[in-house]
Amino acid sequence: MLEARNLTAFYEDFQALFGLDMTVLENQVIAVIGANGAGKTTSMRAITGLLPSSPGMVRWKGQDIGHLRADQIAALGIAMVPEGRQLFASLNVEENLIIGGRSGRSGVWNLSRVYELFPVLGERRHQAAASLSGGQQQMAAIGRALMSNPELILFDEISLGLAPIIIKQIYQVLPDIIGGGISAIVVEQDISKALAVADRVYCLSEGRIALEGETGSITREEIFHAYFGV
Amino acid sequence: MDWVNSILQGILLGGLYALFAAGLSLIFGVMRLVNIAHGDLIVLAAFLGLTITSTFGLHPLAAIIIVVPAMAVIGYLLQALILNRTLGDNILPPLLVTFGLSVLLQNGLLEIYTADPQKLNAGAISTANVALGPLYVGVQPLLMFGVSIGVIASLQWIFYRTALGRAFRATSDNAEIAQLMGLNKAHVFALAMALSMAVVAVAGIFLAMRTSFTPASGPGRLIFGFEAVIIGGLGNLWGTLAGGVILGVAQAIGAQINPGWQILAGHFAFLVVLAIRPRGLFPRVEH
Ligand SMILES: Nc1ncnc2c1ncn2[C@@H]1O[C@H](COP(=O)(O)OP(=O)(O)OP(=O)(O)O)[C@@H](O)[C@H]1O
Ligand SMILES: [Mg+2]
Repeated sequence: MLEARNLTAFYEDFQALFGLDMTVLENQVIAVIGANGAGKTTSMRAITGLLPSSPGMVRWKGQDIGHLRADQIAALGIAMVPEGRQLFASLNVEENLIIGGRSGRSGVWNLSRVYELFPVLGERRHQAAASLSGGQQQMAAIGRALMSNPELILFDEISLGLAPIIIKQIYQVLPDIIGGGISAIVVEQDISKALAVADRVYCLSEGRIALEGETGSITREEIFHAYFGV
Repeated sequence: MDWVNSILQGILLGGLYALFAAGLSLIFGVMRLVNIAHGDLIVLAAFLGLTITSTFGLHPLAAIIIVVPAMAVIGYLLQALILNRTLGDNILPPLLVTFGLSVLLQNGLLEIYTADPQKLNAGAISTANVALGPLYVGVQPLLMFGVSIGVIASLQWIFYRTALGRAFRATSDNAEIAQLMGLNKAHVFALAMALSMAVVAVAGIFLAMRTSFTPASGPGRLIFGFEAVIIGGLGNLWGTLAGGVILGVAQAIGAQINPGWQILAGHFAFLVVLAIRPRGLFPRVEH
């Protein structure tokens, strides 16, 4: 349902992506792995419209979204849990969630469902988002993305900087989220976690796809090779 | 009794200064834009009021009903067509563009209305008084003060209790992520400018009812607005009201000591606050 074709991205003169091809099918979980600076965040930003891409580079259910603004792409059902959570610091937890749901897309996700998924958010609904712990912030960021009832969620660094117990918790709820008919792209530094959750893996290196394949069909050696370029 | 009376006048005048300041504070809070043309836009609203009252024979307070939406539309278009293009990492372009706009407005108004001082005639209420214990207070300043408090309370309510306010705060916190939530930054900023200009419209009409004004009156109002914002602390609307009142009272005390010292005393109070509390008296709590 999402197709990136020959996706390129630039920061001023610096070219960060060199023609990525990436496909996400319905109900599919894609893992994107790669070393620091490989272009993982950049590709997520290009897909969501935060970085300009050219017409034809990104298609969503057959529709060209390459020229759309980020808010227009969001309204079509693509949500992102950004790297570093990036909650709205001066809004409280509940307001952050409500902002996530402002596109008015209908579906199963609403405030009470999110509080059911992450009870701690319900307990702290009136607390400033900035006062949450890192793990709670990640839960709020996930809840915020779910509130838009997306059909595709991009998780950029889903577990980076979180305590192991929180990571475990988040991976535990992931199937609940995806099981509801949502596709996902999971950017993850931890290769075994990525392989465990994903149907298909893309390994990026220096702005290019170094390796791709079904999780069952590629070996750890191949990934290791692609990851470190040795 | 002279002293008490003049301090009371200062407090009431402070409400008007807070109105000058509120729109400025709102825009800075939402998009970190310092609008150098703010004072000239107040004067533009005053001249719009002049044209409307003289064309339709309306009372200035009735003209507010027309000037507020007119200024809001001007604000939306100004932001959508010009100012949004100047916003970015560099703070200089928006400063230069609003400075240019200030010059443009002053010269444009001069061309249309000449340099003659103008005033809006508010009729009976401009001279009416009410007894407040032993003091007599003008109905007009009292009304203006009440409206100023009402405007600030409304802005506060919009900011913290409505979807629009949530959009303002989210966009101000992190415009990029706000876009991921489906908020169109350009539209949100334009709405903020429209709201700011709606407040400017009220401020402009009140200014014109209170004192005479010319196309060159803008920069002076900008300074008062700035001082009220900074005294009160950036990003805090009730602080802005307090800032306006402090400025008004300082001016009143100055004038009481020596009639020539009115404006100077206000600037002096501003400098003292800035020296003691560089972030203003009631800065917004940063997380
Ligand atoms: N704002 C920016 N301006 C200029 N160059 C940038 C910018 N952001 C990223 N880059 C460059 O683009 C390349 C890809 O960066 P990107 O953030 O996409 O990597 P990443 O795979 O997400 O890395 P990490 O694992 O560290 O998050 C890097 O070389 C980086 O230096
Ligand atoms: Mg990254």
